[in-house]
Amino acid sequence: MQIYVCLKHVPDTAANIKVVEPAGFDESVKFVVNPYDEYGLEEALQIVAKAGGEIVAVTVGKESAVSSLRTALAVGATRGILVKTDAQFLDSAVTARALKAAIAQDGTPDLIFTGKQSVDSEGMQTPYRLAQELDMPVVTEVVDVELGGGQAKVERETGGGMREVMEVSLPCVLGATKGLNEPRYPKLPDILKAKKKEVKQVDMADLGLSDDSGNTGLVELTQIPERSGATMLEGSPREASEKLVAILKEEKAI
Amino acid sequence: MARTGILLETDNGEVKAANYGVITAARETGNNEVVGFLMDGSAEAGKAAVQEYGVTSVIEIKAEAGDFKGSPELQANALADALKHYEISALLGLSSTQGRDLMARVAAAMDVPLVLDCVGVTVRDQTVTKSHFSGKTIAKIELEGDVFLCGIRPNAIEPVASAAEATTDVYTASAGDSGRLKVVETKGATSGEIELTEANVIITGGRPIASAENFDILKSCAQELGAAVGASRAAVDAGYAPHAMQVGQTGKTVSPKLYIGCGLSGSVQHFAGMKTSKIIVAINTDKDAPIFTKCDYGILGDLFDVVPALTEVLKEQG
Ligand SMILES: Cc1cc2nc3c(=O)[nH]c(=O)nc-3n(C[C@H](O)[C@H](O)[C@H](O)COP(=O)(O)OP(=O)(O)OC[C@H]3O[C@@H](n4cnc5c(N)ncnc54)[C@H](O)[C@@H]3O)c2cc1C
Ligand SMILES: Nc1ncnc2c1ncn2[C@@H]1O[C@H](COP(=O)(O)O)[C@@H](O)[C@H]1O
Repeated sequence: MQIYVCLKHVPDTAANIKVVEPAGFDESVKFVVNPYDEYGLEEALQIVAKAGGEIVAVTVGKESAVSSLRTALAVGATRGILVKTDAQFLDSAVTARALKAAIAQDGTPDLIFTGKQSVDSEGMQTPYRLAQELDMPVVTEVVDVELGGGQAKVERETGGGMREVMEVSLPCVLGATKGLNEPRYPKLPDILKAKKKEVKQVDMADLGLSDDSGNTGLVELTQIPERSGATMLEGSPREASEKLVAILKEEKAI
Repeated sequence: MARTGILLETDNGEVKAANYGVITAARETGNNEVVGFLMDGSAEAGKAAVQEYGVTSVIEIKAEAGDFKGSPELQANALADALKHYEISALLGLSSTQGRDLMARVAAAMDVPLVLDCVGVTVRDQTVTKSHFSGKTIAKIELEGDVFLCGIRPNAIEPVASAAEATTDVYTASAGDSGRLKVVETKGATSGEIELTEANVIITGGRPIASAENFDILKSCAQELGAAVGASRAAVDAGYAPHAMQVGQTGKTVSPKLYIGCGLSGSVQHFAGMKTSKIIVAINTDKDAPIFTKCDYGILGDLFDVVPALTEVLKEQG
């Protein structure tokens, strides 16, 4: 199996994001592998452990994104590819074209994993556009994968506790989400060993692409003010509840 | 006059109320002709509800051949054909699980821009606003081109009625699919419960709820409130609730009018999924719990005392 795993290098969700006007942010925060992409990577590791093969981690990002590739190599990915760009917020169609070009240049995928969404720009569409570029079928929000007979049987959550079971022929793009598996974490010796693994770097320009060739543009980023603290409703449970109900009616929330 | 399309979401053939906010956004100052597209259910039946909000025509989409319900690709290709046929310049829909999937397929197939999970949209300027960094910031995004798609977070836009007289039509697409992807089964029972992401009111239980059975306390209260019931990851991981109920960064993102958190510490990851709620109420036994610093109203007390009391009061006051 030749599996490609698309990973985005994103600020840790616990990080305090400070906007730098008009549309940037203070990037000196901790960056990690996009949490949903970890589920894709873990699934790839489990598949390769059974069926054999190679896992190539691919990211489109700044030079610093190499650290996320190293994390993937430390848990067992074979090689890494960085497509270098200067932008953290790239148009999804451009990202998909960059991923496609990097993958096509590298090999022939049997399976491609992504996450269901990136937690910074929350685009929720890169896997669909990547699949279109590669002329492959795609399913996202995948919580179960079973391979066999040249196809994948996958399950996706559709809300309200319902699940859809789908059959999809290989090669395909699968967007992982929580529930698919429990991602492993790298151990120190493996982190050291991962430093020796191969990471290939390509420039966006060398793939014939430019950062600003997309159809969407982020023009402004605004901080959402934190709430400043609760108005406490005093008294017995009964009294506090009565106060709450009165307020909620007043505010037309109920 | 621009012609704006709405992807009308249905539940068992019925148009969901969650669409009305989307229609309101599409109508704008009344300058837009609003065309509703139905992938499931009849246009005649759907018309009555949506024309109250200003939809001027309702179109039922079908495919000439193939298993329409079982093929997400066929649905997307048929919808893409319909957008071209009716010369739609903007398609708005709900950023629900169904809506996201279909709109992303259409945008990819047509190679047109799409922004999902928007909290605001101005069709004539082709700009939208949406959360970045799990609700820590709001991004304003411009979309270029003759056609764009936009998925709107349920509840983000207040529905305002504005009656119109709608015509109906059936569009039968000649589109096909690749045959490489099919839905073979739908699992799980429709519980009749309100879908979390579409609920106006949500009441959530955290780790101290301590068992699956204890969620009944929240369910009774939810019944009085017309609310959906959510859970924190700690409660889900402990097996007290299914993952489908989880709110937060690795669960559902919700923006109800009212969010009542019972026994939640107020973690960043939980807030990532609900901080855009209009009013947040916290019930917690610890006066120093972080949640009290980032909600609107707080009740210091045991959820096992406060929630039943709240249910009582709601019941009495109807
Ligand atoms: C990558 C990542 C992703 C995550 N994603 C999510 C996510 O999607 N959703 C999510 O919720 N979490 C998520 N978490 C976990 C999150 O960090 C917290 O651990 C979790 O939200 C805590 O759940 P809790 O508030 O229910 O429990 P706790 O943190 O244990 O808090 C319980 C609170 O209840 C109070 N309490 C105790 N007894 C009572 C009582 N009888 N009545 C009233 N109050 C009482 C306590 O004072 C305390 O404040 C994620 C974490 C990571 C690292
Ligand atoms: N810059 C990127 N590099 C690698 N993979 C990416 C990148 N952006 C998005 N992806 C993949 O696409 C998924 C969905 O991203 P998005 O469409 O931005 O929400 C992510 O979970 C990643 O797997």
